Amino acid sequence: MIKKIFKTTSPTLTIACRELKSHFDSLTAYILLVLFLGFSGIFTWIYGSDVFFYGQASLQAFFSTAYVTLFLLIPALTMRTIADEMRGGTIEMLLTKPVTRWQIVGGKYLSVMLLIIIALALTLPYYATVACLGNIDHGAVLCGYFGLLLMSSAYAGIGLFASSICGNPIVSFLISLAIGLLFHIGFGIVGHQFGGIGGQVAICFDMNSHFDSMARGVIDSKDIVYFASVTFAGLFAAEKTLESKTA
Amino acid sequence: MDIIVKNLTKFYGQQKAVDNLSFEVKAGEILGFLGPNGAGKTTTMKAIAGFLTPTDGDITIGRYNVSDNPEMVKQMIGYLPEHNPLYTDMNVIDYLRYMAQLQRIRASKINDRILEMVNVCGLEGEKHKHISELSKGYRQRVGLAQALIHDPQVLILDEPTTGLDPNQIVEIRELIRKIGREKTIILSSHILAEVEATCDRILIINKGHIVADGTADQLRKASSGCECLRITVEDANRNDVVRTLQSIDTVELVDTVADKTDSFEVQSRPGESSRRAVFRACVDNGWVLTELSPVETKLEDIFRELTKQ
Repeated sequence: MIKKIFKTTSPTLTIACRELKSHFDSLTAYILLVLFLGFSGIFTWIYGSDVFFYGQASLQAFFSTAYVTLFLLIPALTMRTIADEMRGGTIEMLLTKPVTRWQIVGGKYLSVMLLIIIALALTLPYYATVACLGNIDHGAVLCGYFGLLLMSSAYAGIGLFASSICGNPIVSFLISLAIGLLFHIGFGIVGHQFGGIGGQVAICFDMNSHFDSMARGVIDSKDIVYFASVTFAGLFAAEKTLESKTA
Repeated sequence: MDIIVKNLTKFYGQQKAVDNLSFEVKAGEILGFLGPNGAGKTTTMKAIAGFLTPTDGDITIGRYNVSDNPEMVKQMIGYLPEHNPLYTDMNVIDYLRYMAQLQRIRASKINDRILEMVNVCGLEGEKHKHISELSKGYRQRVGLAQALIHDPQVLILDEPTTGLDPNQIVEIRELIRKIGREKTIILSSHILAEVEATCDRILIINKGHIVADGTADQLRKASSGCECLRITVEDANRNDVVRTLQSIDTVELVDTVADKTDSFEVQSRPGESSRRAVFRACVDNGWVLTELSPVETKLEDIFRELTKQ
């Protein structure tokens, strides 16, 4: 049993490690980390409705800026993952190794998530600083970070699907941004404009409403199911698109 | 390990790339795959390597069916794709390590295998370079090293010598010959001399069909069927020679050779040989026969003949 689990996860890990390494080798990882820390730092500490504006020891300001920054940066991170393999033909090399399509998609997803975990880990000093400033609700912070991870996972799923559609990274960046925008504000606008069942359903798909409650420190199984389903739908679609390319 | 391809058919949309193709390759055999561009060579090889799902038909390698047990089959196959795609942002050693890990070579053996491949494929001086810095010939060697790294039973090589210089071509041919003693190899090429030099058997396909199958000698015999001689006669009148030779029973046709005045090509009737009769005729007329050699049909001619429709 353990052997079987190891057998299915080991190619996934191998692929994830190579992907992560190539992100760092090609400077993408550094640039994205700097952009992420820069943006979230400015809006958390210096500009707009920052931590001092709230007047409370909370990371609300950080969570809401990170929510927007990640929304923009994740497509940039995922756009090359599968598209580059298809453009360079290396997908043929991968698929003729004893590796399944799920392991390829899973490995790429894992590498993106690892990089996001690194990015979020680098913001822990924010947490430590705010904790020094006053009484912070540790539970809420933990919950907020968890929410950011879940939301990143959903966008990573969408990004991987967009990357699998065609061999052009720019096109896949734009596609994933478009799909992301739909979840980010599209469904919210539709839901609030139109009442009735249609509006209710649209609100259900809106990422904001699911994220807001988590950022405030409420973990609801409904939200977790939501993020997990968007992630899975994205990865599933990516796997199916890959399959169709070899049919 | 035997490769059995049965009724393989592949459509790309409406276009039929491979049409009901069936053939077998025995263990230890090197099969040369020939055909004009777009004949279906690459499609067939991709299907055997498990990259393309065939529209119809079965491919079995050893005891395993490619579509039922893709993982098992892929572990037994070393595959060099047509354009030799590589991760250009990696260096040679890292790339080979990545491929070795994906082939599930045990961690303790990986370093040994990489070193062996670097030796066998002559990558010693380039092993720390980025793949993007390598010349085409060296990239081709990296592709070959990658295909051989897990010591596979079956090798599928799609145009393995493109981009190599003549020395490298000879080296790679020798390498293929050497490893081919215990492995089953399918290789495609458009260089006919190469296929003739390396392969035990030749398969020519055209428009998705097999048009010829056999050793180079068998193909020659099947295609010409008639004996063809080239003779050179001195101290003789050209017209006399043609007239005399034409009168021999077994001779079908006598032709002069364009740039030589005293050379002729003599084609016999199917199944007949006129070597002795030609010699007698020369002796009887007092001509000096300085050349009498059988003309072999060139593989190029056979290829052209079979694939021109």
